[in-house]
Amino acid sequence: MVESTCFHCGNDCDKNSINYDQKTFCCNGCKTVYDIFSNHDLSCYYDLQSAPGAIPKEIEGKYDYLDTPAIAEKLIEFDDDNTQIITLYIPHIHCSSCIWILENLHKLQPEISVSQVNFPKKTVRITFNNKSISLKEVVSLLSTIGYEPYISLEDYSTGAQQINRSLIYKLGIAGFAFGNVMFLSFPEYFEVSEFWLERYKHTFRWLMFAFSIPVVFYAAQEYFISAYKGLRSRILNIDIPIALGILALFMRSTIEIIFDWGTGFFDSLTGLVFFLLLGKFFQQRTYSFLSFERDYKSYFPIAVTRISKDNKKEKSIQVYDIKKGDRLLIRNRELIPVDCILIKGDAQIDYSFVTGEREPVVKQSGDKLFAGGKQMNAAIEIEAIKSVEQSYLTQLWSNDIFTSKASVSFTNLTDTISKYFTIVILSIAILATTFWIIVDATKAIHVFTAVLIIACPCALALARPFALGNILRIFGKHKFYLKNTDVIEQLAQIDSIIFDKTGTITTATSGAIQYHGMPLTPEEESLLKNTLRASNHPLSRKLYAILDQYDIMTLDDYQEYLGKGISGTLDQDHIKIGSSDFVGGTTITEKLNTSVHISANNTYKGHYSFHNQYRNGVQSIFEALSKDYELTILSGDNDGEKEYLTKFLPEETTLLFNQKPNNKLNYIKSLQQKNQKVVMVGDGLNDAGALKQSNVGIAISENVNVFSPACDAILDASKFDQISTYLTVSKNGIRIIKSSFVLSFIYNIIGLFFAVTGQLSPIIAAILMPLSSISVVLYVTLLTNISCKKISKST
Amino acid sequence: MGVIYILLTISIIVAIVFFISFIIAVKNGQYDDVYTPSVRMLFDDEIVKDQNAKPSKTTKTKQS
Repeated sequence: MVESTCFHCGNDCDKNSINYDQKTFCCNGCKTVYDIFSNHDLSCYYDLQSAPGAIPKEIEGKYDYLDTPAIAEKLIEFDDDNTQIITLYIPHIHCSSCIWILENLHKLQPEISVSQVNFPKKTVRITFNNKSISLKEVVSLLSTIGYEPYISLEDYSTGAQQINRSLIYKLGIAGFAFGNVMFLSFPEYFEVSEFWLERYKHTFRWLMFAFSIPVVFYAAQEYFISAYKGLRSRILNIDIPIALGILALFMRSTIEIIFDWGTGFFDSLTGLVFFLLLGKFFQQRTYSFLSFERDYKSYFPIAVTRISKDNKKEKSIQVYDIKKGDRLLIRNRELIPVDCILIKGDAQIDYSFVTGEREPVVKQSGDKLFAGGKQMNAAIEIEAIKSVEQSYLTQLWSNDIFTSKASVSFTNLTDTISKYFTIVILSIAILATTFWIIVDATKAIHVFTAVLIIACPCALALARPFALGNILRIFGKHKFYLKNTDVIEQLAQIDSIIFDKTGTITTATSGAIQYHGMPLTPEEESLLKNTLRASNHPLSRKLYAILDQYDIMTLDDYQEYLGKGISGTLDQDHIKIGSSDFVGGTTITEKLNTSVHISANNTYKGHYSFHNQYRNGVQSIFEALSKDYELTILSGDNDGEKEYLTKFLPEETTLLFNQKPNNKLNYIKSLQQKNQKVVMVGDGLNDAGALKQSNVGIAISENVNVFSPACDAILDASKFDQISTYLTVSKNGIRIIKSSFVLSFIYNIIGLFFAVTGQLSPIIAAILMPLSSISVVLYVTLLTNISCKKISKST
Repeated sequence: MGVIYILLTISIIVAIVFFISFIIAVKNGQYDDVYTPSVRMLFDDEIVKDQNAKPSKTTKTKQS
């Protein structure tokens, strides 16, 4: 058979592939979606992008809660008599085909009138007729075509969000005023006394004044507020000289035109504000499809199914309404929202949200289950023993670090410099003024304002946003997503790096499996494979996948012993697979590795052990980092791998095992008390506290569309080996900014010369200000681009 | 003489008209998502082509 990929989802097709309509499909789900699309004339979906689809998941009963009006009400944005609008987050949106199909939903379901995709946010806004179809039907329709929306507890609590567009308004106003003022001030640049000019210049000047009013009082508002706040908390931030400059420009220009002394500096004033806002806009770039503020709410479902004790009726209830003692039904792939006791059913709990460990854990009835686990098997019944807020996992969020909004006031580079800058500028202004009072008192006030105007640190304020904004974008292209530009600066300062083990330096995808013991005969191996085929246990599936292909045979006897193992019989041969006790093997010194023991015909054969697979390049990364940073591994697991880790990691690495989420947080706190700047690299919700406490929390994610805990940066797992490059680039970035400060100081000195000698004319200001800003912006953009070449090269 | 005032008024009115239309555009959310429309505008062509030359199109996809 020719190797082929699924026409719908692009996955590799194995033997079970389906041929239909001359196309190959990996599973029935994909075929069904294709069928739906081709029946509705939507096969164009496959022309825009090859294999754009996703396998539709089983959703039976999962969205029943959407029929509960109280829950649906919270999600729906707009509700008229017969029209409803809802915005749904769909993680699968990734290409133009997705946009196309989702905006053509009305062809599939005529009751949907409009659907509009926001691609960067991965949301679709659907308007539908709620008399004919319900919200639940809309969601199920999306799920059947492979676009299952993600609805979490977070949607429930936040509701409709307000988008802040004030920066765009401000930028628009400043740009509008800047352009017009430039036109109006142009005639006077040449200082020719001509009849027309003399006659109309007053009109021109007052028009410029009118244009600059909204710029000063609306667009530049933030600088005044920030300067005021800085003064009140006794910090001389960069906004103080900016605010002073703007104020000086506006006051002096107004006085000049009132007394007919000159044209004023309205052009420089509006230009300055426009450039400053542009810098802010450039820096503001965020990844709207990623969220850096997630807590457990974005992982948890909105509602669960409660089974009433008296009449066994199922009813959807809001998770916050779960009370101690409630009987709940958890379906396949649903999340357990509370700490509970398993009552009925086979539980295979995947705690990857919590620990990063993707190996499902098998539980039996009577066992305690913790909130945050995902059921991977058929539906189970549980009894809640706590409420949602009091569960083990959610309690972490009641720690001070989450409740206090204390963003440890981080003073960035420009603020550090501006402290000295402001003092120097003010003293120059005062000195120059006193000098001119003695020499020529009429000029004194001119010189004072001129110094404040020219010293306005436009270039200084622009260097950082443009340099860091550019690095931020380049990092984003290389799958390292930062929350904001401050993170780069903080990355450049760190001296200690802490790694979580499971899921961070180990991969979840492929564990190495090794066999120890007597070699198995082909017959035994064939029997082993066939016995494993019947089992759904995650370890069985893994082992099954690595064994060679054998013909499929029907077993004479197959038995599964819960929590112990499985056994199979064929003809005369009998095989037992499972724990050491069950197999009856010689109890060799039980290693802490997960292992599966095998015995055939009652003789012990050996065992397969499952190792954690470390990511590629872990060793070289640690080696490279250990030169400059203190490294620590904090693992929530037992110390089974300690020996191995000490062997292959640099000697100085500190290894700590059995760390609870709170231990991790406290460990970082203790390092910080020793004045260390700490980076935490983690992945699961159990690292959430540590990620928050650290100076920079980096979440490693196999798939950035899947959820990661609150952090400062999200790193795609495939780029794990690039960590040290990102750190060096951040450091270089800071160096580039510092060097650009030198450049802007030179401009300031030239400007100050004009100002102090009392010959600052509007035209000099109008040339010098944009010139300095633009050249500094070009300088930093160019240099950061060059320094980031390193990342592209090494990938 | 007064012509310059007329010109000034006109130029400022034109500028303000554009400015107001910009504000309205922002208010309507046209700047919230600057990526999707760029993809969406290419679709209409695709669909029209699909309807006009449907038979050839479907056979083409089947062959591929």
